[in-house]
Amino acid sequence: MPLTYLHSLIGGALIGLASALFLLLDGRIAGVCGIIGGSLRPAGENQLRNLLFLFGLFLGPVIYRLGFGGWPVVHFEASLGILAFAGLLVGFGTRLGSGCTSGHGVCGLARLSRRSIVAVATFLAFGMVTVAVMNRVG
Amino acid sequence: MIDVFARIFVALLAGAIFGFGLSLSGMLDPARVRGFLDIAGHFDPSLAFVLAGAVAVSSAGCLISRRLRHPLLDSMFHLPVKQGIDLPLVAGAAIFGVGWGMSGLCPGPAIASLALGLVPSYVFAATMLFGILVHDNWPPSNWAQRRRLAAKRTLDADANA
Repeated sequence: MPLTYLHSLIGGALIGLASALFLLLDGRIAGVCGIIGGSLRPAGENQLRNLLFLFGLFLGPVIYRLGFGGWPVVHFEASLGILAFAGLLVGFGTRLGSGCTSGHGVCGLARLSRRSIVAVATFLAFGMVTVAVMNRVG
Repeated sequence: MIDVFARIFVALLAGAIFGFGLSLSGMLDPARVRGFLDIAGHFDPSLAFVLAGAVAVSSAGCLISRRLRHPLLDSMFHLPVKQGIDLPLVAGAAIFGVGWGMSGLCPGPAIASLALGLVPSYVFAATMLFGILVHDNWPPSNWAQRRRLAAKRTLDADANA
């Protein structure tokens, strides 16, 4: 198994650990788009903790850099215009569908939620079709 | 009072572990996420390893949680109560899937990658926040009513992903 796949597996396990900690200690689903939604609702009782979760998320790559001496590698393939449009779809779609890769993917699948299994199958299928179409056209 | 600080610390800690895990897993890289979705082209299976590791550990957390009457720092669990498959679920997942395929970004990596200070991350995060706000406040004429409903649904909404 290539080393990067091992990193992916360990990184994934840490993501699972974060969601297990959040569930067992705070009693909530660690779904990032729901947490962003909650952090934008003024006077919500969870607003401060939602904002701190997001700040922790932001610190993640900083801790990685302290440990490994460099930022994680990223390549953006899409133009800024496409990224801007995609951001709208991701923000609106994840809220309408009550979840994203973390909420439905990591937490929902672990809970064997029927809604999450349907959501994951749907966004994977539409994601695959979108990439295939863009490769044909672009 | 100790619980209040403990819960604040847990939110920060869980976020940081999540963000570090994303960084280590390679999933901050939109090209590798799109590689997983590119089943007919240059397929990259990394995301399957990430999901497998995450669901395995998260499942253990779920199993333990079923044995608890309440989480350690709160009086009750706040979990989604909806059961049925409805149009908003499927339509929302489909819209998200298209945006995810176009960009290779979903909300977690979008927020974490802001730390790298790259312009594309900030453009994406800004329109993503706008999309969330549009959904949560639409239509504007019903704003007040929606907010009252949202307050009532806080339990459900906060448990949402």
